[in-house]
Amino acid sequence: MTYSVKGRSAPLISQLSMSVNSRETLVLLGRSGSGKTTLLRLINRMLVPSSGEVVVEGKSTVDWDAIRLRRHIGYVIQEAGLFPHFTVAENVGLVPQLEKWDPARIAARTHELLRIVGLDPKEFAPRRPAQLSGGQRQRVGVARGLGANPSILLMDEPFGALDPVTRSQMQHEFSELARHLGKTIVFVTHDLREALLLASRIVLLQNGEIVASGRPQEFLRIDHPEVKAFAASLQSVPGVPA
Amino acid sequence: MTPWTFFVTHRSEIWSATLDHIALVLVAMSIAIVIAVPLGMFIVQRPALRTFSLGVASVLQTIPSLALFGFLIPIPFIGGIGPRTAIVALVLYALLPILRNTYVGLTSIDPAVLEAAEAMGMTNTQILTRVRLPLALGIILAGIRTATVITIGVATIAAAIGAGGLGTFIFRGVAMVSDAVILAGAVPAALLAILADLLLALIEHRLRVQ
Repeated sequence: MTYSVKGRSAPLISQLSMSVNSRETLVLLGRSGSGKTTLLRLINRMLVPSSGEVVVEGKSTVDWDAIRLRRHIGYVIQEAGLFPHFTVAENVGLVPQLEKWDPARIAARTHELLRIVGLDPKEFAPRRPAQLSGGQRQRVGVARGLGANPSILLMDEPFGALDPVTRSQMQHEFSELARHLGKTIVFVTHDLREALLLASRIVLLQNGEIVASGRPQEFLRIDHPEVKAFAASLQSVPGVPA
Repeated sequence: MTPWTFFVTHRSEIWSATLDHIALVLVAMSIAIVIAVPLGMFIVQRPALRTFSLGVASVLQTIPSLALFGFLIPIPFIGGIGPRTAIVALVLYALLPILRNTYVGLTSIDPAVLEAAEAMGMTNTQILTRVRLPLALGIILAGIRTATVITIGVATIAAAIGAGGLGTFIFRGVAMVSDAVILAGAVPAALLAILADLLLALIEHRLRVQ
């Protein structure tokens, strides 16, 4: 599958072929501009491939109704992208509400999701995003992504904007959560540490191509310059024990 | 004659001119909002039309108001002497602040919020009515507020083409070289502008998110 943009010589995604297994957490790792977010947006038809196809649940994305497909796939982005004029409950219940669930079911689902992401529904449901900390916002973002109980969850650097302490805490909590949820997760990051912690499989992208892939245990042993470059970023600060 | 005695002896006349003035402003503002807000929504996705319509609205704003009233008089249907011509001119003046603020409000929304809206499976109509418009409302209202204050001021000049309103006293006062008569038109007009500004500021504050 290839994705290119008019006026650019090199395609953003070039002759890429891969598959995501059901219920795995696939981490797309790569530097800025490597094509990982583009790849994510091709999955829920925010973008359409220039050649080749993206198949979701046995059907090419171009054969899916774009709106149906997107409501069928959870999406979590950096800085959460919460609707500032909605309450936390309205944010989390958005997709169920778009899908015209009845209000009682939406309320029950919203409370359940807030509990899952570790927020007390009584306290947080009526708040607005501006009244939350960065970490709380991101929790709401995850809850919103899970709204209508999608079997697929796309996550674009969801913890990228958090401070390092909160980020580490969210990563550990999320790795627990991902195990319980049993969803197919495609997770984009440029942080190798995060990839190693969360992934059942890591796919490394460079200039729109896959240059390495493997399970976390074997990933660091792959002999490729880009893997080595990422591995070097793990090296600790001089004087601090690893 | 002091301004106060003039005011007291002519209070019913001043009151009816004030009501005429308010009517001029309300009609002109309603028409301007009905034109400029949808147009602002429409030009978000259309760069060529955007440049054109913002350009035309800006040029209209630069025409001196007395000249604009004069230009309109000979035009059939919209021209002539009286309130109708004045309303056309006032609408033309009010367009720019509303149009520009509608466009700016709709386009200055956090891209992450719009991305999320699209990725959640909202249709374009839902994104417009449930995300863009509510988030732009405060800025659109700020434009309406600016336009209202401008319109209250410019409407005093409408008396020159026989549209009535508080400008009647100002023009009469100038002709009579009487400060008292000028003030009988100018003070209520200024008070109207201040009141409208405060009222709309209050509404804007209530509706602005965060």
